Amino acid sequence: MNLVSNIPVLVIIIPLFSAILIPVFGRISRSFGWYISLFATFFSFIISISLLNTVLTTGKISYRLGGWEPPWGIEYLVDYLNGYVLVVVGLIAFIVTVFAKKSVEKEIDADKITPFYSVYMLFITGLMGIIITGDIFNLYVFIEIASLSSYALVAMGRKRAALMASYNYLILGTIAATFILLGIGYLYMVTGTLNMADLSRRLPALYNSKVVLTAFAFFTVGISLKLALFPLHIWMPNAYTFSPSVVSAIMASTATKYGAYILIRIMFSVFTLDFDIRVIPFNEILVFLSSVAIIAGSVIALAQTNLRRMLAYSSVGQIGYIVLGAAIANQLAMTGGLIHILNHALMKGTLFLVAGSILYMTGIEEISDLNGMGRKMPLTMAAFTIGALSMIGFPLTVGFVSKWYLALGALDAGMWPLVLVIIISSLLTAVYFGRIIERIYFRDSIGAGEDSNQIIGQSGQSEAPMSMVLPTLILAGLCIVFGIAAFFPVSIAAKAANMLLGGG
Amino acid sequence: MIEFILAKYNYWIYIVLMMIGFYAIIVKENLIKKIIGINIFQTAVFLFYISIAKVKGGTAPIIWEKAGPYDNPLPHVLILTGIVVSVSTTAVALALIIKIYKAYGSIEEDKILEMKEETVPLSIKGSKKNSEHLTSDSMLYTDE
Repeated sequence: MNLVSNIPVLVIIIPLFSAILIPVFGRISRSFGWYISLFATFFSFIISISLLNTVLTTGKISYRLGGWEPPWGIEYLVDYLNGYVLVVVGLIAFIVTVFAKKSVEKEIDADKITPFYSVYMLFITGLMGIIITGDIFNLYVFIEIASLSSYALVAMGRKRAALMASYNYLILGTIAATFILLGIGYLYMVTGTLNMADLSRRLPALYNSKVVLTAFAFFTVGISLKLALFPLHIWMPNAYTFSPSVVSAIMASTATKYGAYILIRIMFSVFTLDFDIRVIPFNEILVFLSSVAIIAGSVIALAQTNLRRMLAYSSVGQIGYIVLGAAIANQLAMTGGLIHILNHALMKGTLFLVAGSILYMTGIEEISDLNGMGRKMPLTMAAFTIGALSMIGFPLTVGFVSKWYLALGALDAGMWPLVLVIIISSLLTAVYFGRIIERIYFRDSIGAGEDSNQIIGQSGQSEAPMSMVLPTLILAGLCIVFGIAAFFPVSIAAKAANMLLGGG
Repeated sequence: MIEFILAKYNYWIYIVLMMIGFYAIIVKENLIKKIIGINIFQTAVFLFYISIAKVKGGTAPIIWEKAGPYDNPLPHVLILTGIVVSVSTTAVALALIIKIYKAYGSIEEDKILEMKEETVPLSIKGSKKNSEHLTSDSMLYTDE
């Protein structure tokens, strides 16, 4: 066994071992935590790129953990879909880790920095594991690793409300995971297997079984809770608002994505499109729910006064787009939904990093205090503007690409009201980001923003440190790069969509 | 009807247990009682897994010369993992409750929600100072 043949498992091993190494080296010096995290996320990112590259050139990679044959042993399977999601998560994790150094020093107590990075790496381990595994029980275990570490991460926020946010997240997260566990149990009951590929071979004969329907119901509710699909989103705004900035950035851009990934995986890989449409009208229900999520998320975001809470509600709407793509389930819409996994991660990552930079420099969290920020932090605010334009779906940004494909897919399926939903939501998004952009560029900081002035000092720029500005600008830049050079991610997403819809 | 219930009584117990747990999670205001609810909820799932492992007339899955039909050991193994997860969830939750009690001075959810949200301002220089408030003195937080 050489190193190259073991590459799939390294994606998990590296962050897992760094989570163990950090407390050990943390005894020598606190600064090791960040360096080890940086190396680990960097290598995970490089490995996930090489995995995707291998998948694109030679097809699926199947890795047998411990050398056991797939239906019995645990199998790690990398195909177009999870190769692509792995790269997205790897990229965001690496960039957010670069950003983390200064932000964590400020927001986390000095003696908790080492445990913070340790738990943070466990969270990355969980994310990577969820995405790469081909075994459904292994999936559950990784969901719990990611969830348990995210409860701890959320609780590290500065305000005491972070504790209650974390507690509520824990209760709902545990219910969700237990439902998923039950779903797995019911599937095991009728099929006797836990391997996803094996399940998808055995299930079609059992599609009318009540046990399979029950399993699917438990999966749907459990995953929707994890995903924060509209009526089940209650845990999310508080968790994102009160957690440390780094945590809200990484969670907003990756944690909801793993929910979307599991939903797509269960809907299209474990079950098939045939089941989703023929046996129960699942896709119709999802189309309805995601449309409601898109509109409701945008409307509630309008009413928010706290910047991060507004971004969280906007996430509720954006998750709707990803689910909508999966629910329409034709080639174009599916491509749109999948591409939105990358695009939303880039835009929300940018916006939450900006919120983190503002908090770092000025302590501002309320939108009404943002007056005149465009002059104080020009680079950060430029990144914010790009992210906001992208959320609205301005041409030449990534947001446009995914909305374009979703709208085309909706028209293709003859569901023209959905185009209306997308347009209305874009307009609402324009309103709630527009009012912030107006504040940061066209209003004087004298007046409502007086408090912030006292903190910053009377005049002049006070840009965040380079290690925070640079990752923010890189993410914002990628929003434009992938908006113009859209063919590259789209080609991968199209292949993944084709695979999921049964085209090979 | 009675026979139908009795024949699969462990599944009925699983459903009843699960609903008791779920009820506690939703209705109880005390944070620790909610965690007990979560525990009952998860235990119900363990019972479900153990039930599906049973083979008619099966014995413990141990290999020896007189081995007859034996129960499926895989769900047992899976649920060992499940128990570990459940214990860790409880540990994290209890740790959180301790911190909540220090910060709010109460573990009744309705009382906590009533309290005005006192925010600890982000101090620009000494973030250490905040932490001392959070960990040592609970009285600084409670405004009643």
